[in-house]
Amino acid sequence: MIDIQILETALDPEFCRSRVEDDAAGGLVVFTGTVREQTQNRKVTHLEFESYVPMAVKEMKKIAEEAEKRWNTIHICIHHRVGTLEVGEIPVVIAVSTPHRKAAFEACEYCIDQLKETVPIWKKEFFEGGEVWVAAHP
Amino acid sequence: MANIALCSARKADMKIQLTAYGIAKEILNGRQMDFDLPEGSSLSTMKEILTSKFPEFEKLASLRFAVGEEYEFDHYILKEGEEVVIIPPVSGG
Repeated sequence: MIDIQILETALDPEFCRSRVEDDAAGGLVVFTGTVREQTQNRKVTHLEFESYVPMAVKEMKKIAEEAEKRWNTIHICIHHRVGTLEVGEIPVVIAVSTPHRKAAFEACEYCIDQLKETVPIWKKEFFEGGEVWVAAHP
Repeated sequence: MANIALCSARKADMKIQLTAYGIAKEILNGRQMDFDLPEGSSLSTMKEILTSKFPEFEKLASLRFAVGEEYEFDHYILKEGEEVVIIPPVSGG
């Protein structure tokens, strides 16, 4: 099972974990990203995420399908949030279940690494005295 | 006669629609924009014209394009009325 969603509401890591539960799973890994309070010594006030949603869903699905192929995953759940997020909130949850634990860690890491490369989602950081689109400039 | 007409025909313009997200939206100063290109232009031609009109694009760490919800590359030939989505460096997660 692959469950991909882009949501405007708070993400629920426990829900994502339960989505990938399976009696055949010996390992289950949940990754949650969190909005940090500081970037390059500047105090972050909040973040804004936007996405080209239909393509982002397609790209996340491609990533999950590739992970499924490479690590023989049982279930993968990727939820990404858009809109305004405060410090400490969760922009992304990735839950993966596999027969053995090592594959679950690897597949989960692959999913978040790829997501950051190819999925059309953008975040803007707002800090005291400014704002910047993350990673836009070299 | 037909040959003469062909020879003297100049490349007509076509219109495509640009859609922009993230920093690209700020560079274009809007989510969407009609964009004129010579008929039969490739994505690389579009990119050249786009960056000459909006030099800020050249400063980005990367610049990709999508057509029909898929990444497309330099040799892709654009068609009249097609929507091209500008994908500046992504930063999800």
